[in-house]
Amino acid sequence: MSTRTFGRRVPRNEDPRLLTGQALFVDDVHLQGMAHVAFVRSPYAHARILSVDLEAAREVPGVVSVVTADDLGDYWQPGPLLVPPPPIAGCVFHPRTQVPLARDKVRHVGEAVVAIVAESRYVAEDAAELVFVDYDPLPAVVDLEAALEPDAARLHDDLESNLAAHVVQRKGDWEQARTDAHAVIHRRLIYDRGTAAAMENRGIVAHWDPRGQKLTLWDTTQAPIPIRNGVAAMLGLSENQVRVIAPFIGGGFGPKIMMFYPEEMVIPWLSVQLGRPVKWIEDRQENFYATTQERGQIHEAEMALTEDGHILGVRDVFLHDSGAYDPYGLTVPINSQCTLLGLYDVPAYESEFRAVFTSKPIVTPYRGAGRQHGVFVMERLLDAAARELGIDRAEIRRRNLLSPDAFPHDHEIIYQDFTPLTYDSGNYEPILDLALETIGYERFVSEEQPAARAEGRHLGIGVVGYVEGTGIGPYEGARVQVETSGRVSVVTGVGTQGQGHMTSFAQVVAEQLGVEVTDVAVVTGDTDQFHWGAGTFASRGAVVAGNAIHAAAVGVREKVLRLAAEELEASADDLELVAGTVRVRGVPDSAIPLGELAARANPMRGAVEPGTEPGLESTDYFGPERGATAAGVHAMVVEVDAETFQVKILRYVVIHDCGTVINPMILDGQIHGGVAQGIGNAFYEQLVFDEDGQLMNASLMDYLLPTALDVPRIETGHLETPSPLNPLGVKGAGEAGAIPTGALFAQAVEDALGDPAFEIREIPLSPKRLWELWGEWRE
Amino acid sequence: MTVPREIELRVNGRRIRGVVEPRLLLSDFLRHEADLTGTHVGCEHGVCGACTVLLDGEAVRSCLLLAVQADGREVTTVEGLGTPEALHPLQQAFRDEHGLQCGFCTGGILMTLVPFLERCPDPTEDEVRHALSGNLCRCTGYQNIVDATLRGARALRGEEE
Ligand code: FES
Ligand code: FES
Repeated sequence: MSTRTFGRRVPRNEDPRLLTGQALFVDDVHLQGMAHVAFVRSPYAHARILSVDLEAAREVPGVVSVVTADDLGDYWQPGPLLVPPPPIAGCVFHPRTQVPLARDKVRHVGEAVVAIVAESRYVAEDAAELVFVDYDPLPAVVDLEAALEPDAARLHDDLESNLAAHVVQRKGDWEQARTDAHAVIHRRLIYDRGTAAAMENRGIVAHWDPRGQKLTLWDTTQAPIPIRNGVAAMLGLSENQVRVIAPFIGGGFGPKIMMFYPEEMVIPWLSVQLGRPVKWIEDRQENFYATTQERGQIHEAEMALTEDGHILGVRDVFLHDSGAYDPYGLTVPINSQCTLLGLYDVPAYESEFRAVFTSKPIVTPYRGAGRQHGVFVMERLLDAAARELGIDRAEIRRRNLLSPDAFPHDHEIIYQDFTPLTYDSGNYEPILDLALETIGYERFVSEEQPAARAEGRHLGIGVVGYVEGTGIGPYEGARVQVETSGRVSVVTGVGTQGQGHMTSFAQVVAEQLGVEVTDVAVVTGDTDQFHWGAGTFASRGAVVAGNAIHAAAVGVREKVLRLAAEELEASADDLELVAGTVRVRGVPDSAIPLGELAARANPMRGAVEPGTEPGLESTDYFGPERGATAAGVHAMVVEVDAETFQVKILRYVVIHDCGTVINPMILDGQIHGGVAQGIGNAFYEQLVFDEDGQLMNASLMDYLLPTALDVPRIETGHLETPSPLNPLGVKGAGEAGAIPTGALFAQAVEDALGDPAFEIREIPLSPKRLWELWGEWRE
Repeated sequence: MTVPREIELRVNGRRIRGVVEPRLLLSDFLRHEADLTGTHVGCEHGVCGACTVLLDGEAVRSCLLLAVQADGREVTTVEGLGTPEALHPLQQAFRDEHGLQCGFCTGGILMTLVPFLERCPDPTEDEVRHALSGNLCRCTGYQNIVDATLRGARALRGEEE
């Protein structure tokens, strides 16, 4: 029997519980004596708090406690700076982090001001209605460019302006590139805000047990271990007094890792104060205000090219919307800056950005995490260049691809993980070729499009490329143990939000130990089980935790072989692990079940020799020296209705290279989901703020998520260029689907409309926006 | 606040009694009073479909109903379909086709599809997509949900894979 599980479509271990409604999500936690919290949130984007009247709220029967910033005493502290700025020379960065409850001033609509604890959520909300906060409204800071004008209202009074950061990175000589160029393309490009809108809103249950002196927290977080460490520090508890459980999470996509959301600071404190369990579950409207968002940037970009379309250099100057605070440092704009370079050889690059405080919800990474902005800029410049130089769109990309012998490729700028941006491995031309072949580019351009046009139909094609820096450090760890039942347990620190970790991690172990995937039970996201690690972000689950699990499984395998060699009086080299047993190769009669071996490794009598350990267990860690770079090309055919500007996607192709594939079924699912979010981002979703900083579409009725009618069938193809940076050779894939979709949409829709002078320079689009742009351009 | 009322309904074949405020949502009643947390709440304004249950056999959004409206009626939640050990054919098809990722939307989607497949046992892809269009899923891009539904329909019709 073959025990190879890598590369197989192994069905997921987690599914039966999820499918039958048995899986535990945070909102499913129900404890004896549990109280419920509702927050009073600011209706203003920017205002001074003059006074707060809590009298009426306190009198509502069933209200347990009403708390403002002042009541928190010394516990009131701004949250920690989650990611310090990278070591880039001349980098300016002003850290201003969110607070548990606003005091003196509110800086975005939805900022929490008062917490109400009551016997039920219904009562808590009744009481919240009765709180009167007297605000002195200040001018909102909404527009990115206006925010930096000298007369703009200042969000943080102690700063001289709304500038949050200023960073310049360069390689090569842009001025020279510009001088040498046959053509210089210049465009202003805009990428506006959206929200992750995971189907599960956030939530926290905190349970302080006064007798056991232990705090248990169920939290919809992607990073349970850092939350535990931080909560312990804030509350003055030791780390092993705090247990954080991130159970099943209903979608993460980035915003569920913030550290600390104000609610994550307030709810544990309340439980300790009140000595009873306290629960807060975000509702959908709060999710639109109180969960972090992403994406507002404005770019002024230039590209210098030779006559035959080779890039000599790129210069990009952009503004990045930080929102009201910047706890996540510069992760998003640095990602934009670095990912812009894409699949291409760019000898000279100069990139400068200013991050700006605005009176809008905080910006932190959301699937793609700034990468789509960079890709949008690069790909739009290439499209404009192709047009100006009379070169085919696919051809100009091909001419600029990094060649296979260019790896590892050092881009000479600093990436979000603080290391020089270096692509580990890649082979890009086959990706482009396969994408063009799969979508039938040649035939579409030469036959199908003209034929459709002759019938009065507007068909267009798009082809764009991207890279995805994945799997960055610092590290993750795992413990693998063979139990005496023969089942294998795996614990690791990362949380899981639907990526199928309980299956792909099980496959990694099964591969080493020769057991069935279904016999490997994976526990993620419980700090009492494993308490070292960072969390699920930057598409690092499979790469970093996967390799830690691999290392631990290898450790167990070695123990199995050593012990079995003694038991069977054979050389370890002659043994094999098959079907849950270890045996002399080709001698089934010699097989010892692993469970039995585990029992023998934990004897009730006799001594475990010094220098050895009982049991078949191993703990190990993996920290990559730097991220692994995945790459891909997306291609799409659309039809645009020239009257309504509705866009219908006829074909969507993703060709992707993320190294070794553990489970193609799960990988395809990640791609599908990413593309769906990319399509939403490109054509349906936009957070619309008015000039007062009010979000105009804060409901799923008004903020449109793509439905089953909007997302087409997605055709995927995979190439495998293993990463040399980790033993499994894997690269992350979590964000790949979402990264290039905006750029792809713009290109394909332009092509469909068929007027070479009409350009799309912004995302998101919508039928209405397209119609407006078309109208403006016509004038 | 209004006076609590006594209600009695059958949920997954089991008789359940409760004394509830008239304003209590059916979704909250099912989740917190009847302890059936497989019914999820994603928006509480009738858009996402995560809270879908059957009321007398018809798919409804339990966040848009009050518990008192279910008085004397028959409710089926996802817990009434199958168990981890014995999945309903549609649940099995979702597993086989990887029709779920985080699984938060899944219960509501299953409860939308069950009556749909009774009415329309041999649907086309397009019919399936229309049937699903009132349920939001943020993880899967729907493709595998569509395939799972078609596979589940085949299984329910007794066709072998
Ligand atoms: S929770 Fe009922 S439709 Fe969203
Ligand atoms: S599987 Fe996550 S929302 Fe559908």
